[in-house]
Amino acid sequence: MRFLFKTDYEDDIRLFPHSGYVVSYGLLLAVLLIAPYVLSSYLMSQLVFVCIYATVGVALLILTGFTGQASLGHAAFLAIGAYTAAYLQKYNVPFPLYFLAAGALTGLIGALVGFPALRLQGIYLVIATISFAFIVEEILARWESVTNGNEGMRIKAVSLLGATVSRDSPTFYFLCLAVLVLTIVGTLNLLRSPTGRAFVAIRDSETAARSMGVNVALYKVKSFAISAAITGFAGVLFAHKLSFISPEMFTLQLSIEFIIVILIGGTFSLHGAVLGAIFIVMIDPFLTYLKDDMPDIIAGVAATFGAGKERAAHIQDSIATFASLNGLKGAIYGIIIMLFVLFEPLGLYGRWLKIKLFFQLFPLYKRATFKRQKIYVKSERNR
Amino acid sequence: MLDFVQQLVSGVALGCVYGLIALGFVLVYKATEVVNFAQGDLMMLGGFFAFTFIGMMGLNYWVGFAGAVVAMALFGMLAERIVVRPILGYPQFSIIMATIGLGYFLRSVAGMIWGTDDFKIETPFSQGVLRIGSLVLAHDKLSVIAATIILCALLWLFFNKTTLGTAMRASSENMLAAYYMGIPVKRVVSIVWAISAAVATCAGVLLAPITFIHSNVGLVLGLKAFPAAVLGGFGSIPGAVVGGVLIGVIESMAGFYLPEGWKDVAPYIVLLAVLLLKPEGLFGLHARKKV
Repeated sequence: MRFLFKTDYEDDIRLFPHSGYVVSYGLLLAVLLIAPYVLSSYLMSQLVFVCIYATVGVALLILTGFTGQASLGHAAFLAIGAYTAAYLQKYNVPFPLYFLAAGALTGLIGALVGFPALRLQGIYLVIATISFAFIVEEILARWESVTNGNEGMRIKAVSLLGATVSRDSPTFYFLCLAVLVLTIVGTLNLLRSPTGRAFVAIRDSETAARSMGVNVALYKVKSFAISAAITGFAGVLFAHKLSFISPEMFTLQLSIEFIIVILIGGTFSLHGAVLGAIFIVMIDPFLTYLKDDMPDIIAGVAATFGAGKERAAHIQDSIATFASLNGLKGAIYGIIIMLFVLFEPLGLYGRWLKIKLFFQLFPLYKRATFKRQKIYVKSERNR
Repeated sequence: MLDFVQQLVSGVALGCVYGLIALGFVLVYKATEVVNFAQGDLMMLGGFFAFTFIGMMGLNYWVGFAGAVVAMALFGMLAERIVVRPILGYPQFSIIMATIGLGYFLRSVAGMIWGTDDFKIETPFSQGVLRIGSLVLAHDKLSVIAATIILCALLWLFFNKTTLGTAMRASSENMLAAYYMGIPVKRVVSIVWAISAAVATCAGVLLAPITFIHSNVGLVLGLKAFPAAVLGGFGSIPGAVVGGVLIGVIESMAGFYLPEGWKDVAPYIVLLAVLLLKPEGLFGLHARKKV
């Protein structure tokens, strides 16, 4: 176990507290860089989606996790980014330019949403962001001259420095990875800066933040704008990855998936956003696996452990029927959300911290360290 | 003019359904400060229970209705016990997420059990129409309006005239203080969830002849009931019904007089406007905090 002695402020805000961090993140980055030459193209595709979801997760984390402003409308920001890219690409605007333009426009709209949100709290803010998302969805479906309505828009491959980057190529993956890494590093730096400290202060207590001289309104709008802009960047990549966008892709369902990303990952850490993104993207391959391979494997296991041939075939059938049920994905989402809220509110990252602490304190670990305290909140109406 | 009245009446009937779902939100919110995102799905489940009793088992309409209400009340208590009680008192965000999860789960499971088709319940009101001059009013719509008025009155009496209702209001103001004053807060919360699930079931059954029952109906109508609850001011029972009726009328009018597409967004535009101008809603209490 390593003890860190912080003797000044610089030690406290250092990006890598000790050399172990540099080594482990360096190794992780190296693994990610050689991944496209090792993994199958299907897994690469999933990895690209992990990068995009994680980018949105980090954006949502800035807003929900660090500023305490819940939003169920991030699918709309993603849509605005994606559609801006698709529209500008039609007029042969180069990629770097429309990439930045999409982020800027989304950020601007995010700030505009942030202004009304200043007066709202908790549940009202959630409902307002849902309404915003619905309105955006409807505009995308109706403004046919720009968005092509329900027929959707095609988007061509990225052309970068004169070369065409297809959506399945390693280069596109590197692009997504670069955006994700830049977002994470940028967010870490943001959180070390006065702006980030103000965000956290607002989350913990708005009244206290105001009395310390934080301009609450300004920082809330900033938080909305930054979060929306990053989501807009992710939207451009999302559009390129899918190569076709239409309004029904950006529904409330997608917004909820983003919330699940940060909820499962843990609402207070950037690691959490990445872990949550991996989790949510991997549900689909897992379900396919459950449908295609699991029944055979389990039937094989049953057969070797003395179940008769008919019995094994019966087990195989029932598992296959269960796995191909229509709403299985939704049910799994529902159960996972409930289990995480009830039993592991700190998410996967919280679980990791517990495992780490267990080994650090080995014989002395106490489960009660993380026991939930019973709390009673007073009426929010009087807040 | 006739068109207008016709639209008005069907808007009011639709709005009453929103109001009934919103009543469920408001009941739970009033007593526990929990916003139940699964309310629409409870309604959907109630409709399916009634369909099972009436359509599949062939019971009498009223017996099936009562059976569904009782079954859903028990289910509401169960859901409260399993999902909400462990996190009661935690920040809104956790509870919103937990109920979203519950909603997802119920929707998918209902789809697995009953399939994804549309279902219809034969009701005593399905056929008849009431004619006033050249105005045609279907009985099923009138039944929704009447039921809403009755339920609303009953709930108002319950909250304002009974001890249990007072206990609920007390536990909503300050759970800890209510607990110290001898109110069995946990049981109160259980009962509130039972009532709210029962109200949702009424909505589901009454709605069955109008929009049919399918596994996604809860999501669609639940999201429309939110503007209703907010418009009326979360936590006000008359507000929920008035808000619901307003939303229903706005939607109906927008569908008739405005170009296509406005119908679905009009309620949300109104909602945003209300949130901006009067965040506490039309009937909401503007409480001040004493420091």
